[in-house]
Amino acid sequence: MHPFTLTKTDDVTEAVQAHAADAHIAYIAGGTDLLGLIKDRVTQPGHLLDINGLPGMSRVEDLADGSLRIGALARMSDVAADAVVRERFPVIAEGLLFAASGQLRNMASIGGNIMQRTRCAYFRDDDAPPCNKRDPGSGCSALHGVNRNHAIFGWSEECVATHPSDVAVAFAALDANVIVRGRDGERSIPFTEFHRLPGDAPEHDNGLRRGDLIVAIEVPARAEGRASHYLKVRDRQSYEFALVSVAAAVTADGGRLRSARLAMGGVAHKPWRLIAAEAALPGVPVYDDEALRSAIATSFTDARPLAGNAFKVELAQRAVLRAIKTAGARA
Amino acid sequence: MNSGGPDGVAVAAPDVERRRVSMRVNGQVRTVAVEPRTTLLEALREGLELTGTKKGCDRGECGACTVHVEGRRVLSCMTLAVMQEGRQVTTIEGLERGGELHPVQTAFIERDGFQCGFCTPGQIMSGAAVIDEVKAGWPSAATADVRVPFTVADLSDAEIRERMSGNLCRCACYPNITDAVADAARGR
Repeated sequence: MHPFTLTKTDDVTEAVQAHAADAHIAYIAGGTDLLGLIKDRVTQPGHLLDINGLPGMSRVEDLADGSLRIGALARMSDVAADAVVRERFPVIAEGLLFAASGQLRNMASIGGNIMQRTRCAYFRDDDAPPCNKRDPGSGCSALHGVNRNHAIFGWSEECVATHPSDVAVAFAALDANVIVRGRDGERSIPFTEFHRLPGDAPEHDNGLRRGDLIVAIEVPARAEGRASHYLKVRDRQSYEFALVSVAAAVTADGGRLRSARLAMGGVAHKPWRLIAAEAALPGVPVYDDEALRSAIATSFTDARPLAGNAFKVELAQRAVLRAIKTAGARA
Repeated sequence: MNSGGPDGVAVAAPDVERRRVSMRVNGQVRTVAVEPRTTLLEALREGLELTGTKKGCDRGECGACTVHVEGRRVLSCMTLAVMQEGRQVTTIEGLERGGELHPVQTAFIERDGFQCGFCTPGQIMSGAAVIDEVKAGWPSAATADVRVPFTVADLSDAEIRERMSGNLCRCACYPNITDAVADAARGR
């Protein structure tokens, strides 16, 4: 790693001011992605600001209205083991447990998890092949290169990378909000608007500005939370990023879906909501695979696979079907 | 042990600020002078000469560097030493108690859970923590229903394989590693 300096902070306002004032400062919490990016020379911050001492940001709070507030410094393993999360939002616990390894889940924070950068091998390669996300204007090696793991929705000629987080897919399906402290105080960003599509500026993964600090994720109370499931399909069964993944949360009445919330990972630059399928699914019996397949297919008419990942279009729809059925069995 | 000076100095460029960090390592307060960029792994191996903890990939992918910080298993290669001030760190050298091997260590010997031995310290540190996590009721990705409380009785071989998946073994001793963790967890 290149030499850098490091200080600790226990004051959110100070942290935000310092970060806003100096573009060489990076926040560090668990460090599991940041240190990898530094080792691979993707980023070389001059100064790390250790935010682990910020007070009150490690809790999972079960609020009176049935919503959850997950502190940004809460560790993945602690949130996954939390009894309220497991009972009321199993899709969140599963999204966390299907990610990384036991050691990394003990280290990685929730805020850092959704700030993870893509696992596109060209982006991470310390030989630095053309990559617009790493070096804007240099080109995209994956567009006509090895793109088996890349996007099938929402990509641009400039970038075909996917977002690697699992729990972000669950948060997107549940219409969570990201609570951010910035120079102008606190604001709430709908989860589905937090990450962005690559467009012509893939160097930006999200809309955060200098100084912005994620302080919590708020998950609204939803009946669908209890009947929810995260399904992840990957090249090996454990400790691997998704080829495709699905967060499904449903309500059902007499075996028929009343509502469905669906988001996918591994298919786009951000967690990808299946809006059309969500509109088509109410009234469909959870045991009627044909009808479920037809409803799911409405969200894949705009899929644009690359040369190496056409298999994802079918794989994704089968994964959605399975996830809905497992979630439906919990309703 | 701690006579005022640092117990060791980890690698440092000559013009970079070094800082003293004190940690309770295997029950003793140890002080080491490190740069901010020094990982806990480097501080342990090169500063404190605790070379039981291994450097494999140095990218958080192989698990060879697994140690316990405040009783939880972490990857020391992805942890900065300066951020561990005052923390309790346990390495493979400190897992035994009063000359008695930890049950996971004994089980690895009895089940022949290694061949070349390079991944073994990380495997054993991870296995010991897995048993604590199971006793605390933590579910895993192999758990059929995370809504149901998890107990030691639910610890199938599939559960052990999933929970140990962050530790790679190039000799592929996985069946014996799984058996060793199972024995230790079930008190055999």
